Amino acid sequence: MSEFEPKIVGFFCNWCTFTAADLAGTSRLSYPHNIKIIRMMCSGMVDPKYVIKAFLNGADGVLIGGCWPGDCHYINGNLKARRRVAMLTEILKEYGIDEKRFWLRWIAASEGTMLREVVSEMTAKLKALGPSPLNREAPGKEKK
Amino acid sequence: MANFIKLSFKKGELNQKLADIFKGMMEKGVVNALLAPMKQPKRGVMLTLVTDPFHLEAIDPFAPVAPVNGAKVVSSITAKPSGRKMAVVLRSCEIRALIELCKLKQANLEDVLLIGIDCLGRYENLDFVKLQAAGESSESFIVKALAGNTENSGCDVSGACKICEFPVADNVDLRLCIIGTGTDALYIESLTPKGDQALEAVGLKTGDTPGNREAAVQQLVKKRKEACDAAFAQYRASTHSIDALEDKLANCINCYNCRVACPVCYCKECVFVTDTFRHNGDQYMGWADTFGTLKMPTDTIFYHLTRMSHMSLFCVGCGQCTSACPNSIDLMPIFRTAAQKTQQRFNYQAGRSHDEKQPLTVFENDELVEVTGQVK
Ligand code: SF4
Ligand code: SF4
Ligand code: FES
Repeated sequence: MSEFEPKIVGFFCNWCTFTAADLAGTSRLSYPHNIKIIRMMCSGMVDPKYVIKAFLNGADGVLIGGCWPGDCHYINGNLKARRRVAMLTEILKEYGIDEKRFWLRWIAASEGTMLREVVSEMTAKLKALGPSPLNREAPGKEKK
Repeated sequence: MANFIKLSFKKGELNQKLADIFKGMMEKGVVNALLAPMKQPKRGVMLTLVTDPFHLEAIDPFAPVAPVNGAKVVSSITAKPSGRKMAVVLRSCEIRALIELCKLKQANLEDVLLIGIDCLGRYENLDFVKLQAAGESSESFIVKALAGNTENSGCDVSGACKICEFPVADNVDLRLCIIGTGTDALYIESLTPKGDQALEAVGLKTGDTPGNREAAVQQLVKKRKEACDAAFAQYRASTHSIDALEDKLANCINCYNCRVACPVCYCKECVFVTDTFRHNGDQYMGWADTFGTLKMPTDTIFYHLTRMSHMSLFCVGCGQCTSACPNSIDLMPIFRTAAQKTQQRFNYQAGRSHDEKQPLTVFENDELVEVTGQVK
């Protein structure tokens, strides 16, 4: 059986975390390929639905990347995102989707190194945690 | 505080007494209209908007039924104000939902004299009609329910009511009290200057105090709280995974009645009935291809979790979702347990106060640091 490779869906703000991922790329800082990045115009644009859908479709983790407080290009989208994440975490936890699977991190455009660290850390932690109960493709799970 | 008026009544005369008071209020111009539960010409009791006092005879505020959550009715009358003064008689779950709708600017209490009743529970709509046909009255219900017995000819009040910690309505101008008042008297309590004025206008002077009320209310609240804790614990023990939730919702047909009935499902147009969720055939085929099978209609769990993420902060536990489901899915515990967690997270309680801001409408620079765990 092959080693479990977690699938992480990343919702990255165009102005910071997405640019940081770009920077990591151009600086040849490699980060785990476990993350599939979706570019958003702001972390405040991440509708809770997107996160729910990602988990229901078997994502092992969801990472939202936004600008540091004070740096959001739309002034406070990131602060709204933080409240939504807190709210949604409570709901997901009720149904066995551990908060260790759902991260919000502030990663500025210049922080390519931090992006690599965060993605690596999340990947490692999810490997230790094992597949999401909703991941129907993880090794050892039968299709149902 | 002696802000009460005692209103003794003979058996069978409670509604007449109340009709007289409201008649007075309308005649004296305290209000131009009354929205209250009224007996309907055919059967049942529904919220009814009365502008001619002649029709007040049919009033029945303590009827143990709530075919819809009245917050939505008040919303439809007041969201675009009529400019006319209206007294509104509702139970606690309706008032708490109404407060949330006010915050969402979907209702307006400026011209409203808000009157809350003590609520001992409601029967499901059809059960109530059955009991009514069998000759049961609101008074006979009150007497039995106060003695702790709500079961009647195989019917009982809704599960939501049995675990409701709010038998008494807060944030009202006037309260119609029946808990701890003795079974031959109703007490009207005034809580605001608006309430005082309304009573004065019809020649009622406060000054009485129902001796047993406070203790009786506390005791009932305690009983309900314990029942609630037990019900939540039982629900959580049996439903702690998406798999278990799927089991609970296995008969759901995506009719969305639960959100139509929910007083705090506030979106004007639910996203689940928009083009976002109308797909082409090849899209469905594609999804089916992924695992070789696709349950139709799709997105059932997705819908319920999304609904939670929208309304759980405002859920008042009225149980209308459960009552509305054509497939007898007990939705109330599903939404109430999620609501308990999300409301606790923000130290928020739906309907507690007009002044508490809805959690997703405000935000601070330095709060909830634990979410990211990062400090600059
Ligand atoms: S979710 Fe159900 S119990 Fe909660 S407010 Fe809506 S209808 Fe009432
Ligand atoms: S009312 Fe019942 S069947 Fe209809 S959407 Fe809600 S849970 Fe599903
Ligand atoms: S613009 Fe980056 S989080 Fe709002």
